[in-house]
This record gives sequence, structure tokens and C-alpha cells, in this order.
Amino acid sequence: MHMADALLSPAVGGAMWAASSGTIAYCSSKVRKELDDRKVPLMGVLGAFLFAAQMINFSIPGTGSSGHLGGGLLLAILLGPHAAFLAIASVLVVQALFFADGGLLALGCNVFNLGFFPALVAYPFVYRKIAGERPGHARVTVAAVVAAVAGLQMGALAVVLQTVASGISSLPFPAFVALMQPIHLAIGIVEGLATAAIVSFVRKARPDILQATVEAPKGGRHPFRNVLLAFLAAAFLAGGILSWFASGNPDGLEWSIAKATGKTGIAWREPGIHRTLAALQERFAFLPDYSFRKSPERRSESAGAGPGRQVSDARNREEGGRIGTTVSGVIGGLISLALVFLAGFLLKKRSRDA
Amino acid sequence: MASIQGTILDFRRLEELAGGDTALHRLDARAKVLSTLAYLLAVVSFDRYALTALFPFFLYPVAILSLGGLPAGYFARKVALILPFALAVGMLNPLFDREVMVRLGPIGVTGGWISCGSIVVRAALTVSAALVLVGVTGFPEICRALERLGAPQAFTVQLLFLYRYIFVLTEVGGRSSRARELRSFGGKGLGIRSYGSLVGHLLLRTWMRAERIHMAMRARGFTGEFHTTAQSRFGIRELLFLLCWSTLFAVLRLRNVPQFLGALVTGPPG
Repeated sequence: MHMADALLSPAVGGAMWAASSGTIAYCSSKVRKELDDRKVPLMGVLGAFLFAAQMINFSIPGTGSSGHLGGGLLLAILLGPHAAFLAIASVLVVQALFFADGGLLALGCNVFNLGFFPALVAYPFVYRKIAGERPGHARVTVAAVVAAVAGLQMGALAVVLQTVASGISSLPFPAFVALMQPIHLAIGIVEGLATAAIVSFVRKARPDILQATVEAPKGGRHPFRNVLLAFLAAAFLAGGILSWFASGNPDGLEWSIAKATGKTGIAWREPGIHRTLAALQERFAFLPDYSFRKSPERRSESAGAGPGRQVSDARNREEGGRIGTTVSGVIGGLISLALVFLAGFLLKKRSRDA
Repeated sequence: MASIQGTILDFRRLEELAGGDTALHRLDARAKVLSTLAYLLAVVSFDRYALTALFPFFLYPVAILSLGGLPAGYFARKVALILPFALAVGMLNPLFDREVMVRLGPIGVTGGWISCGSIVVRAALTVSAALVLVGVTGFPEICRALERLGAPQAFTVQLLFLYRYIFVLTEVGGRSSRARELRSFGGKGLGIRSYGSLVGHLLLRTWMRAERIHMAMRARGFTGEFHTTAQSRFGIRELLFLLCWSTLFAVLRLRNVPQFLGALVTGPPG
């Protein structure tokens, strides 16, 4: 369920980058504060372990298919949420660069969907609550399955929301949800069972490993944390608003009107209000758009400029609205990227001063 | 993943390519990372029905491939492996978006097909850009670039550690997995029980390895930083590289070059 660059709009990609970078910065500071330098090599090697484990399959009885581990929840159980988040994020970076799983711009989405939900939501709020302090085998299994399902359901829903908000795929929201959620219910159960099998084994062989995470010292409360949380909240808010702009309600409305009235050659010929609005838009646009001044034929960019090509008026009109949103999307994406790096720069400076 | 050994070999190959010594390889990684990001932003910012306007963007991966002396066939195969997935996602578009957008003579092409094509082209562009970036830069250099661009150190150290041990652990995992396959018969012994203890053992060995690494680290006075001998800097060449490419991307994004070229050939439309 890696989100791909090809389905992403810059606004959604940028917003998710901001959210993920914020979470990475937060988790980095958390891990540093734990002052347990055994964790540094452990995180790295366990990330590499996850890579290896993802390649090993097991057969699922009765189906003829096989499953493998995703591993987000397992890492959280072994390392604790913050270190696990960093480890998962690093695995996703390698996958994006070497195996083209997802993509670089989609990395923000993927880190969030596959890292944030299992490590920072499903583990602390589901797994730990069910498993308790010293769980037995049955309890571990139930906790792992429920937590894995919860994490994957949230992740799958996030993928759907990001795809729909980006508006590159024309899959409608209900159909996409109906497709994704049941598939990930099955994947979640398999993931939970695999996680439980490994955790049970480790619990028998080296119970101290599991105990160490449960008893890990809690980092002291710090105003820094609040700053980061505020930053995260802001990123979410920005993400929501930017995505809303990107998929654009007025746009979609126009679309559905065009669809409802039917055929391709639908006429928007009344000179009245629409033209006036367009003129107004042109005059007051924050980014005066190049394409308004072109002839309708050249404005639509799809397909080659072959002779005998006709483009509907409705489409042209739609395009005019859309180009505005894409430009603002780019600007939005650039701004969020700039913010990410600015935040990173400030954080780095801060950690040096401290 | 079909074969673990094959995956590892493939992985190795890409890493070896990054060890080249062309002018592009020597460029500071930050320039390459930033121009790749500019490229991706330009590509994904296109409207969902953009198809031909995307084509000039193939220039970037192709130029880097050739300037960096990378084997084009290898990268083309890697990109081709991804395209079926993109097509699978894009194939749903024609089902939901049936409005005819373009008429080429008697054939009406619906918006769904155009956006499906657009998704496939986007996938090819973005995937090739990422692969080419690795091929011409190398993973450790990319990590260092990220750190110098402001990524938290704990994270970049994690990336470098992960990268160092991926080869070791995938090989160990691959051996264990093959050993289990050789000992199983008719699908027996490949179930979750043996899987649990197999991966559990792998995990325990990994854990002990981490403890050894930790002791070695302590003995050598590791302070949480990887040092390199070659220190590159962001000079005038890097600036030029970044500026030229970004300008080109901006121009290609704002002007529909294929349409312009088409108009030159067919005469102005309308």
C-alpha cells in the first residue's frame, strides 16, 4: 500500500512531507533524550532485519497464497514507538530510492501511513492497552492482531484520502474505500499473526528484550515537545486546507454540472455572469495566469495538436479553473517544503545550542 | 519479491554504479537531491489530463543517465518493472471518467484513458528520476546531503546504519529462507509456526549483532557521527547545475513545448 508519486498532487505531497518531517524531528529528539546509545546500532540493524524479514514468506493455510511481515508493529514492540518510527522511516527511504516503492515525493505519505499509524498510534493506544505488562501467548496474539488491523486500517484510509485529495486518480471515494479497507483487513490479520508468532518466540527465548521496552524510562516533559506538537497540528491543518484547495470544491461542482447536463459538447455560451466572473478572476488573480490569454484550442494541453481535434467548452472552462489550482498547489508545495527545511534548520541549531 | 538473491544482486548493482567518477558523480549531492525534488514537483504539479506536456521531462533522467555514464538498459528494465503497478491503478480511471475529451478523427478518447496514460507516464518519470539520483550519487552521499540540508542527525545516522547492514542481513535472511525451503516438502513446514521461530532466530542473531556493534562502537569512541574523507562543498558548479535544471523545469511546466512543436508542424490550430 505504498502511495505513489504518480497519484500525488504537490499540495498533498508537500503537506505530508511537512507532517512526516515534523514527526521525524520529534522522534529524533525523543530518541536522543533517552541517552541509551545501545539503541543507535540496534535501530539500524533492526531496520536492516526488517528488510530481510520482509523477503521471507510463510504460507497461509487454505488459501494457497503466502504472506510476509510489514513489521511496523513488531519494531514498535521491540524498540518502543519513537525509535521504531525512525527505523520504519529509514526503511521506507531505502525502498523509495532503490526499489522505487512509492517515490520521493510520496515518501512523506508513506512514512506517515506506514510509520505513524502503527508505531505512534496502534502500538501505544491499542497493543499496550490490550497486552498489559506481562502478557501470555494468547494475550500477545489478540493484542498484535487487533493493533495490526487497526494500524493498517488507518493507513489504508489515509492512502485513500491522500489519493482522492490529490485528484489524479478518478476513483471515487466510496469505491476506493470499499476496495482498500477489506483487503487491508485481511493483510492486517496476517500481519498480526506473524508479529505474534515472532514476539512469542522472542518472549520464550529472551524475555529481557521485551521487558526492556516496557520499562523504558519515560523522557521528561519538555516545552520543546509542545512546540513540535503545535507544529504537527499546524502541518495537519495546512494539509487539510491545501488538499481541499487542490481538489477544489468549485471545480468538482463544475465537473458534476458538466456531467449532469450530459454530452461532450455542452454549451456554456451565455455571455453573462460566467464571463464577468472570469474577467474579475483575471483581474484580481494573485498569480495572473498565462493560459487565460491563449485561444481555447491551445489551452487544453492533452494530446498532440492534431487537426480535427475538438475540445468541449465545458472542458476548457474546467481547465481554466484547474490551472489556477495547480499553480497555487505548486506554490503551496514549495512553501511547505521551505517550511520543512526551515524547521529542520532551526531544530538542528537548537539541538546544537542545547 | 521473487528471489531474495536476485533482489540483493540488483541492489548491489545500483550501489556499484554510484561509485563512478564522472563530473556528475563528483557534484555535491545537495545539488542533485534538490534538482530531483524540483523535477518531481514540476512533474506532479501537472493537471490530471496532462499527457504530452509531460514528455519533455524525460530529458532529465535521460540526460543524467548519459552524463553519468549509467547503463540505460538496466534502468529501463527497472522502470518497466514498476509500470504494470501504475497501469493497474490507472486502469480504473477509464471506468469512472467516460467523458470524451479529444476526437482523433472518428475515435473519441475519454478523459479516463488520457488520465490513465498520464499516470503511467508520471510513474515512469518519477521512478526513473529517483533511480537515476541513486545511480549518480549513492545512498551514503544522499544521507549526508539530507543532513546538511537540515534533517535531524539521529535520523541520518539511522539511515547510514541501516544501509551498512542491509546487505549483511538480507544475505543471512536469504540463506535461512533457502535452507527452510530445501527442507520443506510439499508445502509442509512453510507455515507460520516455522516462520515464527525462523524469523525469531534471525531477530535474536540480529540483536546480538547489535550488541557486538555497540561494544565495538564504544571501544572506538563513536560519537554519533560518520566521518568521510572527501568533503564536498556547494560551489558555483552546483549552483549552476541546480539553477539550469530548475529553470528548465519551470519553462517546461509553464509552456506546453510539445504543443508548440506540434503547431510548428501542423500550423496554428483552430
